[in-house]
Amino acid sequence: MNELKPMSEDVPASHERRRFIGAAAATAAGLAIAPGVILVEVAHGRSEDQAASSAVRWGMLVDATKCATGCNDCVTACSTENGWTPVGESAHPKQAPQWIRKLELQDPLTQMETNLPMMCQHCAEPPCVDVCPTGASFKRADGIVLVNRHTCIGCRYCMMACPYKARSLVHESLNDTQKADVPRGIGCVESCTFCVQKVDRGDGNTACAEACTAAGHNALLFGDMNDPESEISRRLRELPTKQVRADLNLNLGVRYHGI
Amino acid sequence: MASITFREVEGSSLKYWLLFGGLGLFVLFGALAWNHMHHYGHVVTGMDNQIVWGLPHVFAVFLIVAASGALNVASIASVFNKPMYKPLAPLSAILSLALMLGGLLVLVLDLGRSDRLIVAMTHFNFKSMFTWNVFLYSGFFGLVGVYLWTMLDRNVKTYSKAAGTAAFIWRLVLTTGTGSLFGFLIARELYGTAMLAPMFIIMSFAYGLAIYLMVLAAAYAWTGRTLGDAVMMRLKTLLVVFVAAVLYFVVVHHMTNLYFTKYHAVEAFILRDGGMFTTLFWVGQIVIGCVAPLVILLSGLGKQRMWIMIACALVVLGGVAQMYVTIIGAQAYPLDMFPGLIEKSSFFDGEVHSYTPSVPELFLGLGGVAIALLVTVFAIKVLRLLPASLDDATVAKLEH
Repeated sequence: MNELKPMSEDVPASHERRRFIGAAAATAAGLAIAPGVILVEVAHGRSEDQAASSAVRWGMLVDATKCATGCNDCVTACSTENGWTPVGESAHPKQAPQWIRKLELQDPLTQMETNLPMMCQHCAEPPCVDVCPTGASFKRADGIVLVNRHTCIGCRYCMMACPYKARSLVHESLNDTQKADVPRGIGCVESCTFCVQKVDRGDGNTACAEACTAAGHNALLFGDMNDPESEISRRLRELPTKQVRADLNLNLGVRYHGI
Repeated sequence: MASITFREVEGSSLKYWLLFGGLGLFVLFGALAWNHMHHYGHVVTGMDNQIVWGLPHVFAVFLIVAASGALNVASIASVFNKPMYKPLAPLSAILSLALMLGGLLVLVLDLGRSDRLIVAMTHFNFKSMFTWNVFLYSGFFGLVGVYLWTMLDRNVKTYSKAAGTAAFIWRLVLTTGTGSLFGFLIARELYGTAMLAPMFIIMSFAYGLAIYLMVLAAAYAWTGRTLGDAVMMRLKTLLVVFVAAVLYFVVVHHMTNLYFTKYHAVEAFILRDGGMFTTLFWVGQIVIGCVAPLVILLSGLGKQRMWIMIACALVVLGGVAQMYVTIIGAQAYPLDMFPGLIEKSSFFDGEVHSYTPSVPELFLGLGGVAIALLVTVFAIKVLRLLPASLDDATVAKLEH
C-alpha cells in the first residue's frame, strides 16, 4: 500500500529537493520580470521525492447559486475516485465514512433554499491538526490537510474538533473497493484530500470539480489561490464569497459564493 | 503525636477471594469486550461518525477525574498539615493510582487503533491537549508512586511533604488538562470554555472523595476493623462542601450560556428538549448527583453511616450522569455551521444524534472500574496501607 508522505516543510530535503529549491530560489529572483512563471511551474505535477511547495495554496470555490438541487455527481465522483462506499450502499449508514456530502439549507423565515457540497475546508489553521496527539493530522505546505494513515491511532479527537463535521472514522474492515493510491484503513480517521493523488499527478483538478463541470453546472472550481493568474483567483476577486464559520478565523481553503 | 499502626489486610477469607474473583471476572469481560471491538472495529459499538466518543469515554474520563480527586485526602494530610488525615493518606494514594490506571486503560483500549499505542508514546504534537495529558498521566503515576513510597518507607519519610506537595500541584494541573480536553474544542457550543477546567477540578474533589469514602468504609467493615465516627463525619463535611461547589459551577456555566442568544438552542436542548439527556441532566446530574446527597448529608440522615454511603453512591451515579451529558450530550446536538438556517444532508447534519451504547462498550467501561478496584483490593493485602484501627480515641490522639 502506498504511504501518504507528510510533505510538510520540515521534512529533511533530499538531494533533488535541495536542487529544486535552489532552482526555485534562482527563478524567484526573476519573478519581478516574469510574474507568475514560477507559480505555474510548481503547480504542475511533481515527482515523489519533491516536497509540496508553499508557493501554492490549493483551494476551491463553490458557487452555491449554480449547485443543482438533487444533483449528487460530486459525491459520486469522490466516492469512485477515492474508493469509499456510497452511504446508500452501506449496511451501517451512520458509521459509513462520507468525504463529501450535499448539504441542503433552508431559511425558516424566508423559505429560501440553498444547496452546496460540504467537505474538509482545508483550513490554514486547522483545529484537527492542533488537537491530533501524534501529528497524524497534518497540513501540507500547499495547504492540503491530510491524515497520515500510518500514525493515526483512531482517537477521534480531530472529529471532535472539526467545526465542519468533515471527518469520518473507518468503523469496519474495508472491502475491495480500495484504490492503490488512496490508503485507507479500519480504525483510522479520514476526510477529503482535495484528491491529493490527482494533484500530485499534475491533474490540477479534483474528481468532484471535474464531475460538476461534466454535468454542466460549473459550481466547483479548483485551483491555486496563490497564483493571481489562476482562474480560481480571478473568480474569487470578482465574486463575493464567504467562509463557513468565518467567526472562527480559520482561513479556509474552500470559499462559498451564494450563501 | 500518637503513632498509628498500619497493617495489611489478611485477605485469606472466602469473602476476600470472592470479591477478588468477582472483580477479576469483570476485568476478563472487559478484556473480551476490547478484543471484540478491536477485531470487528467500532462498527460493533453504538458509536458512529456523529457520536464519536461514547460510553467508554464516559467511564474513562470519570475514572481519571475521580483518580485525581481520590488523592485529596492524602494532600490534606501532607500539604495542609492536618494530622487527622495522615492515617488515611496511603489508601488515598493507592486508590488514585488504581483509578487512574482503570481510566487510562479504558481510554486507550477504545482507540480505533489500540494496537498503535506505541505511536502515541513516540509521536508528539505539543499543541494537542491529548499529548499534554500523556505526560500529565505518566507524571502522575511517577509522582504519586514516589509519594506513596515516602509514606510507606521510614527511610524516606522526610520527603513525604515535598512529594505530597508536588503530587498535589501535579494533580491540579492534570485535572486542568482533562477539563481542557473539552475546553479547548472550538467546534461545539457546550465546550470551548475555560470554565471546564476549574469545574472538572471541583468535580474531581467530589467524585474522588465519594469513592474514597465508600472504599474506606467497605475495607473497614469487611475486615472487622474499627472506623470511628470522627473520621466519617469529618470526611462527610468535606463532601458537602465539594458537592455544593460542583452545583455552583454547573449553575454558573449554564446561566452564562443562557445569557448568550447563540447558545439558547443548545441550552434548550440540554435543559428542556433533549429527551434522555435532559432527564440525565436534571434527574441524574442535579437531583441524584447534587441535591439528594446534600439533603442527606446536611439533614439528620447524615449522621447515620448507611445514609452517608448512600449519599456517596448518589454522588458517583450523578458523576457518571454528568460525564454522559457533558461528553455525549454535547455531541448529540448537531454542529451549527450555518446559524439560523435549517440543515439537512445524508451525513445527518442538522439532526439530533441518537446513541445507544452497545454491550461491549459497557463491559469495557466496567472493566476499567473493576481493574481499579482489583488493584486496590490486592494492594491493601500486600502493602501496609490501612491503619489497624481508626477508632475515635486513636484519631483524637492524632490531633494533639
